[in-house]
Amino acid sequence: MTLPLVSIEGLSKRFGKQGPAAIHALTTEVRAGQVTGLVGPDGAGKTTLMRLMAALLEPSEGRIEVCGHDTRTDAIAIHDTIGYMPQRFGLYEDLTVIENLTLYADLRGVVGSARKETFERLLAFTDLARFTDRLAGALSGGMKQKLGLACAMLRSPQLLLLDEPSVGVDPISRRELWRMVYQLVEQGVGVVWSTAYLDEAENCAEVIVMSEGRVLYQGDPKSLTAGMAGRVYQARGAGAERREALARALTRPDIVDGVMQGEAIRLVMAEGVQPPTPEAVGASTPVAIAQAAPRFEDAFVAMLGGQPKRTSWTGGRRAVEPSGAAPVEAKALTRRFGAFTAADAITFTIRRGEIFGLLGPNGAGKSTTFKMMCGLLRPTEGTALVDGLDLYKAPAAARARLGYMAQKFSLYGDLSVQQNLEFFAGAYGLAGARRREAVGRVIEAFDLKLYLEENAGGLPLGFKQRLALSCAIMHEPPVLFLDEPTSGVDPLTRREFWAYINAMVGRGVTVMVTTHFMDEAEYCDRVALIYRGRSIAVGTPETLQDSVRTPESPNPTLEDAFIALVEASDRERRAA
Amino acid sequence: MSGARTSEGRWRRIRALIIKETLQVARDPSSFVVAFVLPALLLFLFGFGISFDATRLKIGLVIEETTPAARDFLSSLANTPYFDVHQAWDRRAFVDDLAAGRLNGVIVLAGDFADRLARGDTAGIQVITDGSDPNTAGLVEGYVQGAWASWLAQRAVGADVTAPGQIDIQSRFWFNPELESARFLVPGSISLIQMMIGSLLTALVVSREWERGTMEALLATPVGVFEFIVGKLVPNFVLGMFAMGVSVLASLFVFNIPLRGSITALALFTAVFLGVALSLGLLISTVARTQFIASQIAMLVAFLPGLYFSGFLFEVASMPAPLRLFARIVPAGYYVRGLQTIFLAGDIWAVILPASGVLLLMSAFLFALTVWNTRQRLD
Repeated sequence: MTLPLVSIEGLSKRFGKQGPAAIHALTTEVRAGQVTGLVGPDGAGKTTLMRLMAALLEPSEGRIEVCGHDTRTDAIAIHDTIGYMPQRFGLYEDLTVIENLTLYADLRGVVGSARKETFERLLAFTDLARFTDRLAGALSGGMKQKLGLACAMLRSPQLLLLDEPSVGVDPISRRELWRMVYQLVEQGVGVVWSTAYLDEAENCAEVIVMSEGRVLYQGDPKSLTAGMAGRVYQARGAGAERREALARALTRPDIVDGVMQGEAIRLVMAEGVQPPTPEAVGASTPVAIAQAAPRFEDAFVAMLGGQPKRTSWTGGRRAVEPSGAAPVEAKALTRRFGAFTAADAITFTIRRGEIFGLLGPNGAGKSTTFKMMCGLLRPTEGTALVDGLDLYKAPAAARARLGYMAQKFSLYGDLSVQQNLEFFAGAYGLAGARRREAVGRVIEAFDLKLYLEENAGGLPLGFKQRLALSCAIMHEPPVLFLDEPTSGVDPLTRREFWAYINAMVGRGVTVMVTTHFMDEAEYCDRVALIYRGRSIAVGTPETLQDSVRTPESPNPTLEDAFIALVEASDRERRAA
Repeated sequence: MSGARTSEGRWRRIRALIIKETLQVARDPSSFVVAFVLPALLLFLFGFGISFDATRLKIGLVIEETTPAARDFLSSLANTPYFDVHQAWDRRAFVDDLAAGRLNGVIVLAGDFADRLARGDTAGIQVITDGSDPNTAGLVEGYVQGAWASWLAQRAVGADVTAPGQIDIQSRFWFNPELESARFLVPGSISLIQMMIGSLLTALVVSREWERGTMEALLATPVGVFEFIVGKLVPNFVLGMFAMGVSVLASLFVFNIPLRGSITALALFTAVFLGVALSLGLLISTVARTQFIASQIAMLVAFLPGLYFSGFLFEVASMPAPLRLFARIVPAGYYVRGLQTIFLAGDIWAVILPASGVLLLMSAFLFALTVWNTRQRLD
């Protein structure tokens, strides 16, 4: 057993004298030669803990020792021995790749022949040698991440702290980064990797799962996941009824968790109960139930006590009246910015009551497409239709039929919940009795009564999300657009959110969602994979997975499918 | 890991930070705007846009009874370049014009004007001005008084009589004999420019590091507070001196302002003032973590006091006592007086040295406060 790189004892951190504890009585260790995952939702205290370890914050109570130095007294020695990559990578966007490297090399004292050798090694390692003269701001998310890593590694640190390195980075770059980190680990470096993505936990030798400043679990993620063996099942065959079936199943006491997984329903059973029966799902069509391999997320949700039981939610009153036209249609949508084509002839049709996902790496054209569909960006060519109405020929009528929930919710943080609701009702042109009725309806449907007088900015995340959704559907739109609705949200809040969405879809609402979360993509009926401005594949999550199934990889995940399809597209482009 | 705190390491880090900062300034359009476009704009605004000189004031002259003396006064007014004289027999004819701003003032020569003049009485004329525009009203009053005095003097010469004991006032405006306002406005606006570059730009570039998350990365390296501060000060100091050069050239060749002092005095004195402005900017940046807040604070503590209390636009001597006291701690005031001296009078060390002393004290105080206030932590 080697000495720990970081030892933390009774650590608490408060901002302000009487503030709530961002970190609460934490005792833990980080060992060399392995990746320690720091996992938890936004606001769990991950970044605070990272900064405390980097000696950028002082502990309120307790102590941290990094490589034998106390962070309170020996910050300088610590800065000399560790590498730290903050969120957004800490790069100067108006400096080139080589200028960023040179700056950090000067600051860290990597000079002379050592510098030349280090640069060569790191540029080869990160595959950035071709881009040394490019401004860091002009790099893709994945390349920025690699450059950030290179800057943090200039001095061959003993401890490497990576704060949310995979945010805003596509799955391919994420995989590459993991490969690079494993190489470092082999050389004996200790790596701390913080993330809100639970699927990354499985890549770590050890995880510290945090929530609200406290440690929920610490140890080997695989043993936690392995403990779920025999409790996870997939039910197939419920067809169009599967969302109602899931909602029904979740009311049962023997089922602790359940999510949509493409065509299938994934069910997690309570400890020691019988496997689920088709009756538990209760669909009118025959349902086949099979065991599935457990994931870290199953274990995580089960550890938190499973999804809260709720009576099935009806949400609003009216079912959407069907109309002749397709609810959402993109016809050869093209958008050019100068010589750059951000979206190239993107075509899809969304059926009524369908959840349709736009999936793709950052900068692929997913947001551009989304904005054109919302009527926020004029297409260079092609048309965007909502319920058969052209967003540019009849913008007001088309927009009245869609509800839009923006990234980060776009609520007025300084207004109370009631005021936010009133404002958005007014913005949608509801007045008088109709406004009162609409506001009353969403307050009831989303259980907002207790929070009416509180400012939206201070709400718990789950309620913020509910409020944002309430505001978007105040005018009962038949079509709902969601832009990255649950990034950085903990799994329980995300499940709650999707329960609302599923209930609305059950009444015939059509949903379009953008995401780069692979498991969120699995909640969709169909996804379109957007890459380099083109839609390179459209289909159900299963068909996409099937399309890349090979003898070598018999059970590809959606992320595997994503990577394989993108790589195939790159090969095609190079061949052409 | 040794060598982190050796002086060689320190200078290498400082040099690296200076290079980085210089590259950023060179590539960032907003630095260019603050350093070059804004000075040009301010100079032209103050040099051309604002003028306290009155030429062709529109005056109504009411002559209630036509006498040779009244006609003589009329022609003497009309012959100066300062007045555009309209004439009427009754003051009521001008009331509407004055109210509408078509006239800047009205002069009334009462019916007994000639009689009283002949008797040697004083206060022969009445001047009516528009009190809602006190600036112009004051100008009219002053100019009319001047015109009146010179007319009386001419008459006395013409009549070849000198009243016993009469005092002969001869006005001389030293250093700015034409009383051209550009001559004191332009040096004043240079002080604003230096304040903008020193305080606003410095506060902006530091808060930008916070906003973009690069500060966090820097703090996790062996860079010390002193190194960071020097790395920010040097490039902005150079930028400030550069903008000074541009301003001086513009003053000399666009606004035709004389430079009676030496370039050396001007440069040294400016360097001293930049020290204050830069320290103030750094101090602001220790509290402001976003560019928005930084620019708000810089406006409030650097730009506005410099505008109102440096005495180049508004006479500090005529302010109430508490404001006069406040004006004493506004660094721009010392700089403006020194600049005006160097430009219009010359190297008057009796003015420049005390002002430099005060500015040096101020910058030492602000700098100490900055170092004390800069923690090498995030909280």
